[in-house]
Amino acid sequence: MLDDFFIRALIGGIGVAIVAGPVGCFIIWRRLAYFGDTLSHSALLGVAMALLLDLNITLSVFFISLVVSLMLLFLQRRAALSSDALLGLLAHATLAVGLVVLAFMTWVRVDLMGFLFGDILAVTREDLAVIWIGGLVILAFLGVIWRRLFAATVNYDLAKAEGAMPDSTNIIFMILVAAVIAVSMKLVGVLLITALLIIPAATARRFSTSPEYMAVMASIIGAISVFIGLNGSLEWDTPAGPSIVVAALFCFIASLFPMPSWNSIKKKRASKFIGPQKERFE
Amino acid sequence: MLVSINEAGIYRSNKWLVRGISMSVHAGEIVTLIGPNGSGKSTTAKMALGVLDADEGKIVRKTKLRASYVPQKLEVSWALPIAVSRFLKLTNQATRKQIDAALEATGTAHLAKVEMSRLSGGEHQRVLLARAILRNPEFLVLDEPVQGVDFKGEIALYKLIEDIRNSLNCGILLISHDLHVVMSTTDRVICLNGHICCSGSPIEVASSDEFKSLFGEHAASGLALYEHRHDHDHMLNGQIKLNQESSDQITRSSIQTTTQAAKTQTDA
Repeated sequence: MLDDFFIRALIGGIGVAIVAGPVGCFIIWRRLAYFGDTLSHSALLGVAMALLLDLNITLSVFFISLVVSLMLLFLQRRAALSSDALLGLLAHATLAVGLVVLAFMTWVRVDLMGFLFGDILAVTREDLAVIWIGGLVILAFLGVIWRRLFAATVNYDLAKAEGAMPDSTNIIFMILVAAVIAVSMKLVGVLLITALLIIPAATARRFSTSPEYMAVMASIIGAISVFIGLNGSLEWDTPAGPSIVVAALFCFIASLFPMPSWNSIKKKRASKFIGPQKERFE
Repeated sequence: MLVSINEAGIYRSNKWLVRGISMSVHAGEIVTLIGPNGSGKSTTAKMALGVLDADEGKIVRKTKLRASYVPQKLEVSWALPIAVSRFLKLTNQATRKQIDAALEATGTAHLAKVEMSRLSGGEHQRVLLARAILRNPEFLVLDEPVQGVDFKGEIALYKLIEDIRNSLNCGILLISHDLHVVMSTTDRVICLNGHICCSGSPIEVASSDEFKSLFGEHAASGLALYEHRHDHDHMLNGQIKLNQESSDQITRSSIQTTTQAAKTQTDA
């Protein structure tokens, strides 16, 4: 029989993986991987603020992530710097400020490693409630805006011209990403959240024939990674967060090997019928 | 009247991308925008659709206008697993039957299950068109709809656009680089270069020496080519008709920017 803390870690980790799947798909589709990274780096500043002002850590992280994403929106419109430079600037500036603030607070003992790489084995019942309730709320919102968000992801102009309101949808999506980071930070740590968002989604692409299918697959692959990673962590006494990411990486590598999946069979069949290929040779 | 633009302009990065644009699109009408690269054709189209807000001037759209848009560039990356049939439902619900009909109309029925990122240029354009007509639009904006299509396909595609206009009775704003091919289908041509330089029926525009030197020989270019007189007569007929509907709100619907034309309309 497994210890209780392990079960809690498993339930929490799987909860995070389920939410991270669909959100991570959008992050990949919209090329926002570095954006997610920036937000999660800023989470440490959220932790520092929470300890300084005696606030709830999850709420504080959510708030700071939100402020950073809005700042980014503003700077992208105003500043002459390119987006990637702005992202790098914000990511490391907020991380550094967070670390400095934490260092100043000599009266609090902070497990820095726990925040950077997660402390999945110290997950409490309250944490589980935050993850699962928060996660379900995030998924519910995502479900509501799914169609419009997807249209805005494929083409902003088209979505706007055809009344899919991409501006408000994009802002809601940013809020959701901030929420995912706040909810999952305790488990996987600020440095590894992006990995859990994008690696399972990237793995799922290979097996997917529709966006919705890819989102579900990403959740499942993420959950499998959590399961393998946690067991590995218990077995070899490795840190839990990095072990999960390593497991996710193995899944990704495995997905690269050629295998006769349904997908490739279908593609082969479909390509037979592509008429204009013939025309091109005329 | 579907869309009416009056003296509108868009200002970005310290310059006017387009300025002083006045035009309108009515139901059942095909209006073609032509002009050199960077002349503001796409910008004008986005302004008409409300994708870009005008920094000056006024744009009036029919309330709850159902618009469809075929953008100049729409790349679907490999990371996005989306088959053609799902792509057709991007901004609207549709039954299987409607999807099949739209694909059939554009000759892409065999592509229904193929992923968007695997389509060739010509297939891609036809699928974009299928998606646009599936929405049963009142106002259809096509930005270079024949790019990547071979000449034979190009003619067929323009024929299709004309059919769409006839069957849906929608207003179409068409952006094209080649007036000769669209000539037979289009009702009105507007020649842009940051502003409206000339306009009229395709025959009028095409028979002008300026047009020939602009689009007939690619080497010839430059502002001098645009120095031709604005011809109003043809357009004016249509406009008087328009102004009876809403006399004060929409003054100059289409091409003229001269005060003379405006005056005539006010009188009418």
